[in-house]
Amino acid sequence: MEKLLEVKNLEVSFQTYGGEVKAVRGVSFDLHKGETLAIVGESGSGKSVTSQTIMKLIPMPPGKIKGGQILFNGEDIVKKTDKQMEKIRGKEISMIFQDPMTSLNPTMKIGRQIMEVLTKHQNMSTSTAKERAVELLRLVGIPMPEKRVIQYPHEFSGGMRQRAMIAIALAANPKLLIADEPTTALDVTIQAQILELMKDLQSKMDTSIIFITHDLGVVANVADRVAVMYAGQIVEMGTVDEVFYDPRHPYTWGLLASMPSLDNDDKSELAAIPGTPPDLIHPPKGDAFAARNQYAMAIDFEEEPPMFQISETHFAKTWLLHPDAPKVEPPEAVKRRMRKLASTFEKPVLVQEGKS
Amino acid sequence: MAKYITKRLLYLLFSLYLIITATFFLMRLAPGNPFTGEKQLPPEIQASLNEHYGLNKPWYVQYGDYLVKIAHWDFGPSFKYNSRTVNDLINDGFPVSLFLGVEAILIALALGTLLGIIAALKHNKWQDYGAMIIAVLGISVPSFIMATVLQYFLAIKWHIFPVARWDSFMHTILPALALASTPMAFIARLTRSSMLEVLANDYIRTAKSKGLGQTAITIKHTIRNALLPVVSYMGPLSAGIVTGSFVIEKIFGIPGLGSHFVMSISNRDYTVIMGVTVFYSIILLSAILLVDIAYGFIDPRIKLTSGKKGE
Repeated sequence: MEKLLEVKNLEVSFQTYGGEVKAVRGVSFDLHKGETLAIVGESGSGKSVTSQTIMKLIPMPPGKIKGGQILFNGEDIVKKTDKQMEKIRGKEISMIFQDPMTSLNPTMKIGRQIMEVLTKHQNMSTSTAKERAVELLRLVGIPMPEKRVIQYPHEFSGGMRQRAMIAIALAANPKLLIADEPTTALDVTIQAQILELMKDLQSKMDTSIIFITHDLGVVANVADRVAVMYAGQIVEMGTVDEVFYDPRHPYTWGLLASMPSLDNDDKSELAAIPGTPPDLIHPPKGDAFAARNQYAMAIDFEEEPPMFQISETHFAKTWLLHPDAPKVEPPEAVKRRMRKLASTFEKPVLVQEGKS
Repeated sequence: MAKYITKRLLYLLFSLYLIITATFFLMRLAPGNPFTGEKQLPPEIQASLNEHYGLNKPWYVQYGDYLVKIAHWDFGPSFKYNSRTVNDLINDGFPVSLFLGVEAILIALALGTLLGIIAALKHNKWQDYGAMIIAVLGISVPSFIMATVLQYFLAIKWHIFPVARWDSFMHTILPALALASTPMAFIARLTRSSMLEVLANDYIRTAKSKGLGQTAITIKHTIRNALLPVVSYMGPLSAGIVTGSFVIEKIFGIPGLGSHFVMSISNRDYTVIMGVTVFYSIILLSAILLVDIAYGFIDPRIKLTSGKKGE
């Protein structure tokens, strides 16, 4: 498959009064055409910063890309100027945000907000753009689009607003859609509708999607591949099956174990990961997760673990995969879902530095 | 909409009635009367003056008479200026004050929003600091000092504008600038802080993610939303400014309404106090009404209905 996006060793920092916050610390991943990659992780893990950096939407300053490359269609986005980015944003890459209540301009009609993209990137005249805006609203499942197009955002419900956001994002047929927790602010039934809509539109338009979420249920529903982020790094990455049925990183175990499931008996308590994420002004020595990790070994506090490869597509950044590491048992809730996958290598392979 | 405006007009009349009543009685409570002066008048003359102006009647009759007269837009004769009515004073002075005021408002609005927008877009850069220094100067330097400084440099030293008086358009520029300096500075600060607030909104990021440039984002998405606080400030500001400024009018020798406001109080010129107060109130109340209507056009979330305000 053709690679649409390649992120290599991306480092992003924010200069604050307290010091330099290293929000993203060497993230690498790639994305194929038509693929959906989910990035999961708790708040502050750097998933939103990573995705906004791809569009260069982080405020600079205080934000700064300290290193790495973002290759989109082979061109490095990091080097592009703001003027060049204007041709990419909305046209090649577009974004749906978390809160549809605040992401639309309250004093501008929905139609105009869609038309802006069309007149900017598709060179449409106002009247053609207006017709197209109605079509787009119909496409995202908004009833009576002719009437809705001249309404203001406050006349839309939350789910409708997110549909309108999707219409804006897809207006110029972008190659990459970044969805930053698009369903977090919506209630569950609307969530399901929005996810359904996104999957449907993806198959129609052949867009690649980066889906940022902390909801593993959503991940299982939409993603082809999953990247688990912790403290500004990707700690495990693999196909949905690999991450859900054969997780290797103790942080992923923690996330999966803390997911409520219908199979859970009512006696066992829902697990939680103890502690809080580390301070990214002074990232800890060794493995950032060590302090919260019940499986942590002495080396975790001393040296950062390298990336190990478990299959062609599955990677994890933990010392537990080292040949000398003791055999450990994942938590009960994770063990229950574990499956032997055919693609797994005999033995985890150490990935050479700088690649993943 | 029509229903809303009718309702607001009724409220306006009611507020006006309260203002008239309060002013009427507060004025009578103040010691002295229009005819106390350096020289004590003989009691007979005092009595005949009182009779001439109806001041010998009981207070409730005076009050009732006054209400009836006001309803006919008759503010009565001035006690101090012989043979001139309060209507005359207003008719002569108001057009001048109005012209000066509107000119000052336009200057304040144009320069103020411009400074504020520049300051917000160049947040924490030298343009921002520069604009805010101008704003602080404008707020802290009183208008009469600004007026004399302007007169000294622009009129006396460089002979660009006339020093004083009210003859041609050139004469209006210096007083308008002096009058505009404080509101301009205030509008600049208001615009800046409100722009910064709007710029931090999620929908600005959305606009950026659509690929819009800085100019398009500022014009289409920021300014309109940032101007609401400025619009609400325009109500009281315009009422205050178009009804005249005592100090500026004195300095430049302008025959406006402002001086009557102040002089009438020390003169205990009952009818003038009442007249200009009522006139001022009418302007203020209508300005506020206009601002509220303008709100509805700027922010569609504010619905002008006769019940509650929308959302």
